[in-house]
Amino acid sequence: MKTTIDATPEVAQNAPVNPRRRVYRPNAKYIPILATLVLLLAMYVGGLANLAHFDDPRVVVNLFRDNAVLLVVAIGMTFVILTGGIDLSVGAVISLTTTLTATLLQGGWPPLLVLPLVLVLGALLGSGMGAVIQYFKVEPFIATLAGLFLARGLALYINQESIPIRDKLWVTLSDLRIPLFDGVKTTLIAVVALVVVLIAAAVLAWTRFGRNVYAIGGSADSALLMGLPVARTRVLVYTISGFCAALGGVLFTINSTSGHALQGAGTELDAIAACVIGGVLLTGGSGYVFGTLLGVMVFGLISTIINFQGDLNSAWTRIVVGILLFGFIVLQRLVTRRAR
Amino acid sequence: MTILKNRLFWPIAILVAMLIVNVFTSHQFLTIHDGHLFGTLIDILRGSAPLMLVALGMTLVISTGGIDLSVGSVMAISGAVACLLIKDLSDQNAIGAVLLIVAVAIGVSALLGLWNGTLVAVVGIQPIIATLILMVAGRGLAQLITDGQIINVQSNPYASIATGFFLTLPVAFLIAMAAVALTAVLTRRTALGLLLESVGGSPAASRLAGIRARRITMMVYVVSGAFAGLAGLIVSADIKSADSIHAGDLIELDAILAVVIGGTALIGGRFSIIGTVIGALLIQTLTVTVVGVGVPPKATLLFKAVIVVALCLSQSPVFREKVFGRFKSRPAVRAEVTA
Repeated sequence: MKTTIDATPEVAQNAPVNPRRRVYRPNAKYIPILATLVLLLAMYVGGLANLAHFDDPRVVVNLFRDNAVLLVVAIGMTFVILTGGIDLSVGAVISLTTTLTATLLQGGWPPLLVLPLVLVLGALLGSGMGAVIQYFKVEPFIATLAGLFLARGLALYINQESIPIRDKLWVTLSDLRIPLFDGVKTTLIAVVALVVVLIAAAVLAWTRFGRNVYAIGGSADSALLMGLPVARTRVLVYTISGFCAALGGVLFTINSTSGHALQGAGTELDAIAACVIGGVLLTGGSGYVFGTLLGVMVFGLISTIINFQGDLNSAWTRIVVGILLFGFIVLQRLVTRRAR
Repeated sequence: MTILKNRLFWPIAILVAMLIVNVFTSHQFLTIHDGHLFGTLIDILRGSAPLMLVALGMTLVISTGGIDLSVGSVMAISGAVACLLIKDLSDQNAIGAVLLIVAVAIGVSALLGLWNGTLVAVVGIQPIIATLILMVAGRGLAQLITDGQIINVQSNPYASIATGFFLTLPVAFLIAMAAVALTAVLTRRTALGLLLESVGGSPAASRLAGIRARRITMMVYVVSGAFAGLAGLIVSADIKSADSIHAGDLIELDAILAVVIGGTALIGGRFSIIGTVIGALLIQTLTVTVVGVGVPPKATLLFKAVIVVALCLSQSPVFREKVFGRFKSRPAVRAEVTA
C-alpha cells in the first residue's frame, strides 16, 4: 500500500524536484499521536529536570496502576468515538458495578459468579443503549445520558454508602504483586489494563470488525451501501464500551476492596478528554488505541507531577489540571495545524 | 393528527399530566398568600428559573453545533464573586451597590464565556473539549475565590433575586422570562436566528456567504456564560450563600436534556426557544412531582431515567413508526397504490 501512495506523480518527473519534498514528513494520520508522544516526553523530561526522585522507574510503573480504571474505560470509549458516537454512561456504569459487586460479595455470593455477572450486566447495558441508538435513531449523547441516569439511579438505589469487600479472592487479587525488574513490582489491575490495550489495538488493526468501526466513523451511509454490517457493529461498540466500564468498576473494587455509588462520577469526561488528547477525532473515523493510551498517560502524568510538587491544595490541583489540559490541547492543535 | 405529529406534543402532554398529578398530591397547588401567588405551581416556576437560563444559553450554543459543559462551573464562580463582594459591603442592604455587584458577577461570567468562545472559534478546539477545560478548572477557581468556605451573606436585595415576588410572580421566574423574551425577539424578529442556524449548518459555507461565523460563534458562548452567571446568582441568592462545590453541579446535563426535549438537534443548524422553555419546565416539574408523589429519595434518579427514556423514545420518529405504525390506517399509501 505504501508504495502506491508514495509514488511520484507523472508531472513531477519532468519538473524540477521541489526541495521541500525531500524533508521527512510523517504520514499525516500519525501526526496527532506523534505530537502527543513528543509533548508527553517533554513533560516527563521536564519532571526529571525539576523534581527530586522523579527518575525512579516506579513513577512510570505506577502510572499504569493509578490509571488502570481510566485506561480500560477510555479504550471502550475509543471504539465508540471512532464510530462517531459518544458514551456518557461509563462513569455511572462504574458506580453500578462497584456497588453491585460489593453488595453481592457482602451477601455471600460466590466471587466467581459475581465477576462474570457484573461484566455481563455492563455489556448488556451497553448493548441496550447501542440498540436504542441504532434502531430508534436516538442521538448517542441523549441515549447514553439516559443510561447515566439509569445506572447511577440503580447504584444509589442499591446502596448509597461505601461498602467494604472482605471476600478472600478479591483481597488476594488486591494484594497480588507482579515482579517486573530490579525489584519493581506492579499490581494485577495494571497488567489487566495493559492486556485490554493490546487486545483492543489488535482488534482495531487486524480484524474485519475493526475496519467496520473505522468505516462507520468515516461515513455510516457509505458503510451501509458497501454492505457492511452497520447495525451489528454499532451495537457492538456500545457493548464493548459497557463491558469496559464494568471491567473498570471491577478493577476499582479490586484496587480499593470497596464499592461506592458515587465512585466513577465524571470518569466519562476524563475518558473523552484522554481520547481527544490522544488524537481520536470526536467526529469519528480517525484515531488509534495507542493514542488513547498516551492520552491517559498525559492525564496520569499531570496528577503525578502535581503530587510530586506536593504543596498544592485541592482547588489548585483542579486549576493546574485545567491549565495543563489547556496548554496541551492548544499545543497539539498548533502542531497538527502546521502539518496540514 | 397534525397536533400529534408536533415535536412538542409529548413533552407538553407529559408536563400537563404531571401538573395534574400535582393538583391532587400537593397541599396547595395555586392559592393567594401574603398578597402574591403561592403553591406548588409557583414553586415549579421559581425553581425552574436557573435551569431555564442555562438551557437558554445552551440552546444558542447548540444551534451553532457546539456544546457548553462549563455552565455549572461558571454558576459557581458567579455566585462566589457576588457573595465575596457583598460580604465586604458596609451596608449589605444597599440596593445600588448590590445591583453593581450583580452586574460585575455577570460581567465576569460573560468573560469566561468569551474565553470558551475564543478557544472554539479562534483556536479551533472541539467545543466539548474547549469547555471541558473551564468545567474542570472553574470549580477550582470558585473554591479559590471562596477560600474553600461557604460564604454567607445577609443582604435582602440580593436574596430577593431568588425569593422575591413582583406582580404576584416570583422575581427569579420573571428574570428568566425576560431573558427568554429578549432572546426570542433578537433571534426571531431579526436576522440573528437565521445567522445562528446558518453557522450551525456549516460554518465554512456561511463564512463564504459573508457571515462573520467566528464572531457569531464567540457571541453565543459569551451569552451562554452570562446566562449561566445569572443562574448562578439566583441559586446563590436562594440559599444566601456561595457553595463553590455544589452550585450548578451536573446542571449542564439537565440543560442539554432540556434543549433536546425541546426539539433542538444536537448537531446544530436548528433551534427552538419555546421548546427549551418547555423542556426546562418539564425537568423541574418532574423533580418536584417525584418528591410530591412520595417516591423515596434514593429512587428519584431511577424514576427520572425512566421518564427520560420514555420521552426520548416517544420523540424518535423511527420508534413511533415501529411501535405505533401498525395501529394506524394508511389511507395515503393505499390511495397511491390504487391510483
